[in-house]
Amino acid sequence: MISLSDVHVTFGRGTPLEHRALRGLDLTIPEGEFVTVIGSNGAGKSTLLNVLSGTARPERGSIIVDGTDVTRWSAPKRAKLIARVFQDPMAGTCERLSIEENMALAFSRGSVRRFGRALDASRRALFREKLSMLGLGLENRLSDSMGLLSGGQRQAVSLLMSTLTGMKILLLDEHTAALDPRTAAFVLDLTRRIVEEQKLTALMVTHSMRDALDHGTRTVMLHEGTIVFDIAGDQRKSLDVPDMLNLFRQARGDELSDDNLLLGMGAKQAAAVRAGKTASS
Amino acid sequence: MNLISLIGAVEIGLVFALVALGVYISFRVLDFPDLTVDGSFPLGAAVAAAMISGGINPITGTLAAIVAGCLAGIVTAWLNIRFGILHLLAGILTMTALFSVNLRIMGRPNIPLMNQPTVIDLFAWLRPLVEASGLPGRPTLKVLALLIIVSVVGALLARFLTSEFGLAMRATGANPRMAQAQGIPTEMHTYIGVAMANGLVALAGALFAQTAGFADVTVGTGTAIAGLAAVILGETIFRTRSIVIGIFSCVFGAIAYRIAIALALNTGWLGLQSSDLNLVTAVLVAMALILPKVANPMRSLLKRSAT
Repeated sequence: MISLSDVHVTFGRGTPLEHRALRGLDLTIPEGEFVTVIGSNGAGKSTLLNVLSGTARPERGSIIVDGTDVTRWSAPKRAKLIARVFQDPMAGTCERLSIEENMALAFSRGSVRRFGRALDASRRALFREKLSMLGLGLENRLSDSMGLLSGGQRQAVSLLMSTLTGMKILLLDEHTAALDPRTAAFVLDLTRRIVEEQKLTALMVTHSMRDALDHGTRTVMLHEGTIVFDIAGDQRKSLDVPDMLNLFRQARGDELSDDNLLLGMGAKQAAAVRAGKTASS
Repeated sequence: MNLISLIGAVEIGLVFALVALGVYISFRVLDFPDLTVDGSFPLGAAVAAAMISGGINPITGTLAAIVAGCLAGIVTAWLNIRFGILHLLAGILTMTALFSVNLRIMGRPNIPLMNQPTVIDLFAWLRPLVEASGLPGRPTLKVLALLIIVSVVGALLARFLTSEFGLAMRATGANPRMAQAQGIPTEMHTYIGVAMANGLVALAGALFAQTAGFADVTVGTGTAIAGLAAVILGETIFRTRSIVIGIFSCVFGAIAYRIAIALALNTGWLGLQSSDLNLVTAVLVAMALILPKVANPMRSLLKRSAT
């Protein structure tokens, strides 16, 4: 279970560029829930993930994971509990290292790294078996450099790497944003399989309202550092993208002006929504 | 080039193989361009020479040199990590300070080590083999001793870099953000890596003092670039990302580089003298860094004209 209470994060405090990324955010996620997070640019989505993974420190508030207060834990220390897949396919893996070396790095996450060999026959067999689940033929390319893989392949391997140890929380930071639609669909499907099979608690940040509704069990929308709506269950199932936009308008009580919120719809539809017409495709 | 100067080139090449391994750790593994080595090489020489000439066991002196080098590396890493000083500048700061430190350690600019016990004496058991080979005795013994030391160090380093700990260090250099997300304390790995690199270079300095027979505060100038030249030369010959071959190519590059330098200096018509060494090295490294960038447009030009 994850529980964030009254979390405040401010960047550039005291400067003209001061930005209050999170303003008293409260969020409780029970074990096994798959939450999708949406919001416009600067709403605090990435900061939320950074606060959870430990790369951003809140100046106020607390973060509790499975009953342990981890607010003051460093990112490497939290890696035992929390795995993360980045938006940039280059960020989640080391391109200079081979596929098996990348997997070996992930395999030791959360345990003390000593001077035993990073790779041996049994580990290679395990990695080969895991990679074969992807159906990309990577199980035969263990010693290939990660840099030779496509963005989609790298994201798939990143996802797989995050599941090699017994972590409980998976953070997905727009991990399909840099991929073409077909690859994105593949990676999203893989995400769903992994989250279900390993019974993970997951947070997925996305720019696509479509993806936010189609995946996971609960959706929260952030705006200016707080949660403006939070839906789950039957209420969520009956929602469609235009309903979400309306919900957002109601919650904020202001005019929708940011095109980024309309992502997940085509540009034409976005224009139609702006013009107050019903979106038709 | 005669046999003596060839053996001499191999000898200094083997000493610089250790420098190359140190530079490989900082520049390649950690992606931390560390110029401290220009100071830690004479530091190693100074510590070993001062201790040996003071009557201390050469093994103790050499080990102390390694420790001193590690400490110098830690200072540089500390300036960079703790205070955010640019790594290049942090290295230059430590290197500058070390010049004075080295003078203090030695008490004078130069210590001769002629007729003193050295670690080479540990390899006296190889003497019958050397005599049987008919090669010049003392220089050949030094080369064999250095070869054994470099092989052991290289093997240990290869084993280290393929361990879980070493792999974490490589990830620290290749992608620190990913490394942290994988639970790797990247700062600690930077400290240890830079310390190891300078420890190796100080070991090279200590061995240099004992094989060349003197320590001098000025022997460090150009160490980093000479090490980098060896690393680049090795990489050019063996195009590989494998760690074991990478380490071997550093050693090979260092020796090949010294032989090439010796050849150039011995070739009369080039008109080079030994004081031109640093100029030649700098030009070679610059060429090695420029060529890959120049080669590409050339290649595309060739391709375009072909189609």
